[in-house]
Amino acid sequence: MNDDSRRGFLGTVAATLAGIAISPGIRLIELAAARAPEEHASGRVRWGMLIDTAKCATGCTDCVTACNKENGLHDTGRPRTDAQWIRKIDLKDLRSGRQHSAPVMCQHCAEPPCVDVCPTGASFKRADGIVLVDKHTCIGCRYCVMACPYKARSFVHENLTDQLPAVPRGKGTVEACTLCVHKIDRGDGTTACADACKAAGHEAIVFGDLNDPQSEVSRRLREIPSRHLRGDLRLNTGVRYAGV
Amino acid sequence: MLQLAATFALALAAGLSLASDRVPKPEIVIEKPGQCVEPADVMRRSHMNFLLHQRDLTVHEGIRTPKFSLAGCVECHASTKTGSVLGQGGFCQDCHSYAGVKLDCFECHAAKPQHLSARAKP
Repeated sequence: MNDDSRRGFLGTVAATLAGIAISPGIRLIELAAARAPEEHASGRVRWGMLIDTAKCATGCTDCVTACNKENGLHDTGRPRTDAQWIRKIDLKDLRSGRQHSAPVMCQHCAEPPCVDVCPTGASFKRADGIVLVDKHTCIGCRYCVMACPYKARSFVHENLTDQLPAVPRGKGTVEACTLCVHKIDRGDGTTACADACKAAGHEAIVFGDLNDPQSEVSRRLREIPSRHLRGDLRLNTGVRYAGV
Repeated sequence: MLQLAATFALALAAGLSLASDRVPKPEIVIEKPGQCVEPADVMRRSHMNFLLHQRDLTVHEGIRTPKFSLAGCVECHASTKTGSVLGQGGFCQDCHSYAGVKLDCFECHAAKPQHLSARAKP
């Protein structure tokens, strides 16, 4: 071993040891920090939400408005065919008369039926649990629209103009809530709907990493009872609801 | 016979020269001179491959490196007059029209940079 290679070897060993020594300490920071642009989405993270329907105000549509603005969805005046990524649902218990309201969007299932039925592989689940449509491969067959138990997917019927650079959308493809994937990749660590809900003072939507026990969403999930919508289907949704 | 062949050859040559003149070469305007992400000849030949590779990495793995990002191309190459890479004098469209290659990126993707986008955040 000549001098140069020995030095290189020792350097590697030192770097490895340093990595081991500091890794337990920096782990939390590492999880909270943004991914580098060249780093792929990690399976150690699972993005999800808790929606506390007790805090969600009937009649408030701030999350829907914020979603539309963030993703460049707009009203064409034809609501039957307009894309809709979040819907506000009003629920009423007929016996007691109790009414409440909740936003419903793509539930980002761990076992997504839309992915099972997609004939081209366009519907897929990213490593960090976000269910997306690769519109480059989507042929617009709409099997996924039929398969989704939450009516979360929309088909784009008309030519679009003025799409946002971060959110490409086009006619003939299917789309749905992306959990603001462009914001997540940027390291914002939040979604437009959760931000809007917080700004409105409701804080009914809590977004975060379900795999990180320290995250706000995990803490709230530990504290209050919650459920998956259509839990009987065992899809293991990333969006959980409290008070339904 | 020889005369006929000569006439034919002449006509063919004339036709060819006409063909090359019929479609004027696009005038590519680089409004922001400087170094592209790869040398110009590499970009001319392989930009579609770079974009194709990058799009799969971005959509499926969330890798959003600025090199070879379509938004990066638009950011730099959009015309200062129209704000777009499409239309008359548009960097992408002029060349694609000349080459007769369909350009369908911008049916979904924004052809204008973020700050010129009509629905951009205030």
